[in-house]
Amino acid sequence: MAIQKSGMFRRITIGVPYLWLGALFLIPFLIVLKLSVSQIATAIPPYTPTFGDPSTWWSGLQQLTIDNYTWIASDSLYINSYVTSLRIALISTVLTLMIGYPLAYAMSQASARWKPFLLMLVILPFWTSFLIRVYAWIGILKPEGLLNQFLMYLGLIDAPLIITNTETAIFIGIVYSYLPFMVLPIFANLDRMDRQLLEAAADLGSTPLKSFWTITFPLSFRGVLAGCFLVFIPAVGEFVIPDLLGGSSTLMIGKTLWMEFFNNRDWPVSSAVAIILLLILVVPIVIFQRIQDREATT
Amino acid sequence: MRQGWTAFNIVSLVVGFSFLYLPILILVIFSFNESRLVTVWAGFSTKWYGQLSSNEGLIDAAWVTLRVGVLSASVATLLGTFAAIALTRYTRFRGRVLFTGMVYAPLVMPEVITGLSLLLLFVAIDFDRGFWTVTLAHITFSMCFVAIVVQTKLLSLDRSLEEAAMDLGATPARTFVSITLPIIWPAVAAGWLLAFTLSLDDLVVASFTTGPAATTLPMKIYSAVRLGVTPEINAVCTILIGVVTVAVLVATLLNKRHEVRKARERQDAFA
Repeated sequence: MAIQKSGMFRRITIGVPYLWLGALFLIPFLIVLKLSVSQIATAIPPYTPTFGDPSTWWSGLQQLTIDNYTWIASDSLYINSYVTSLRIALISTVLTLMIGYPLAYAMSQASARWKPFLLMLVILPFWTSFLIRVYAWIGILKPEGLLNQFLMYLGLIDAPLIITNTETAIFIGIVYSYLPFMVLPIFANLDRMDRQLLEAAADLGSTPLKSFWTITFPLSFRGVLAGCFLVFIPAVGEFVIPDLLGGSSTLMIGKTLWMEFFNNRDWPVSSAVAIILLLILVVPIVIFQRIQDREATT
Repeated sequence: MRQGWTAFNIVSLVVGFSFLYLPILILVIFSFNESRLVTVWAGFSTKWYGQLSSNEGLIDAAWVTLRVGVLSASVATLLGTFAAIALTRYTRFRGRVLFTGMVYAPLVMPEVITGLSLLLLFVAIDFDRGFWTVTLAHITFSMCFVAIVVQTKLLSLDRSLEEAAMDLGATPARTFVSITLPIIWPAVAAGWLLAFTLSLDDLVVASFTTGPAATTLPMKIYSAVRLGVTPEINAVCTILIGVVTVAVLVATLLNKRHEVRKARERQDAFA
C-alpha cells in the first residue's frame, strides 16, 4: 500500500510538470523549428500545419526548404540586427559591470546591520515592472525632458541633447533594467570572502589597491561572470528597451522579429530569425550553465 | 585596513542607488502634477487618478491582468513546486536530462521566442486566443522560476527530518505535506509572488498569445506609451509600483518574522 502511494507521489511530481513543459515548451519549439523550414506559401497565416495524415508526411518533408535561412543570410537588415544586438548587449554588459561592481563591493563592506536593508534596496526594483522602469526614462531623456532641463539650468549645455532614439538611450535602459542581475551574484561572492586574506596581505605590506586586484577581484570573478551572462543573454533578445528608447533607427533582433511577425506577418521568416537567435545564444547559455553548476556544487 | 564607510563605498552606494531609484521617484512625483506636461511641475493634484476611475478600457485591462496573474501564479506555484521536488528528490528517472533542460531553458529564452512559439502552438491546435492562452503561457514560463526558488530551499533542507518521517511509515506525499511543506513554505510563497509579478509585468508573451478579447494592462500601457508620456500613464504606473512594493515588503517582513520565530523556538528547545 505504502509503496503504491509512494509511486503515485513520484509519478505526479515528475509527470505533471514533465507533460506540461513537453506540451507547452518543447512542442511549440518544435513547431517553430518546422515552420522555419517551411515554404511561405504553405505557412501564410492562417496556416494549417499538417500533422494529421501520415500519408502526407513524406510529401510534406519534401516541401521543406532552407529558403528562409538563405533569405536572412542575404538580407543586410537581419545581419545588421544580429550584429547590432550583440554589440549593444556587449557594451551594455561592460557598462553594467562598471556601475554594478562598485555597488556590490560597497554593499559587501557594509556592516551586518545594513546589509539586509541594502540587499532589499537592490532587489526591490527587480520586482517592479520592466515596462514601467523603461517608461520612466523616456520622460527624463527626451529633448524637453528633465535631464536636459537640468543640464541647461546648470548652464552645461545650450541646446538640448538628443538622447532618446539613439543607442545611448538603449545603453542607459539596459544598464538600468539589468543592474540588479549584475549586483546580486557579485555581492554573493564578495560577501562570503574571507576578510582575513586581506588582513594577511596588508600585514605583508600589500597596498589596499594591490590587495584588491590580486585577492578580492579574482575571488569574485565567478560572480562577475555570472552577472555578465545574466545581463548579456537577455539583452541580446531584448524588445521593449530598443523599441521604446531606441526608436526606428536602431534595429535589435528582438525588435526585428517582432516587426517581421506583427507587421510583415511572415511567420516562416520570423521562425527562422528565432532559431538563429537561439543558436547564437546557445554558447553563452551553456557557459553560464557550467558556471552555475560549479557554483551549486561548492 | 580601510573598510566599511570609506568615501569610495559611500559614493558607490549613493550613485548606484540614486541611479536605481531616481527615475522611479520622478515618475511617481509627476503622476501628482497639475499640468498635462509631464516634465514641468505646476502644483500638486490627484486629478489623473480620478480620471483613471472613469477609463473603462483600463479598468477592464487591469481586471484581466489581475485574474491572469492570480490564476497563473497559483498553478505555476503548484507545478513549479512539483518540478523542484522532482529535481531534488528523484535524481534518477528516465528523461531527467530533458526534464532539467526544459525547466532551465525558459529562464534564458528570449521573450519574443517564447511568445512566438506558444502562439504557433495555439494556432496549430486551433485554440481560441484570449484569456486562457495568456494564462497558459504565463504558467509555462513562471513555473520554471518557481521551480528554481523552491529547489534552492529544498537543497538547503536538512533531509534527516524527512527520512525520519518515512522511517516511521509516512508516505512521501504525507511526509511532504506535514514535514517538508511547513519548512519550505516561505520559498513557495516567494515563488508565488515572483510568478504573480512576472505575469503582471509581461508585455511580450501576452502580446503574442492573446486575442482581441483580452488586453492586459502592460499591453494598454505599452500602446499608450508609444503615443507619448502622459500623466495618466504615470498614475497607473504609480499604482502598480505601490502594489508590488507593498506586497514585496510585507512578504519580506513575514519571512523575517517566520525566521526569527524559528530561531527563538530552536533556542527554547536547547534552553
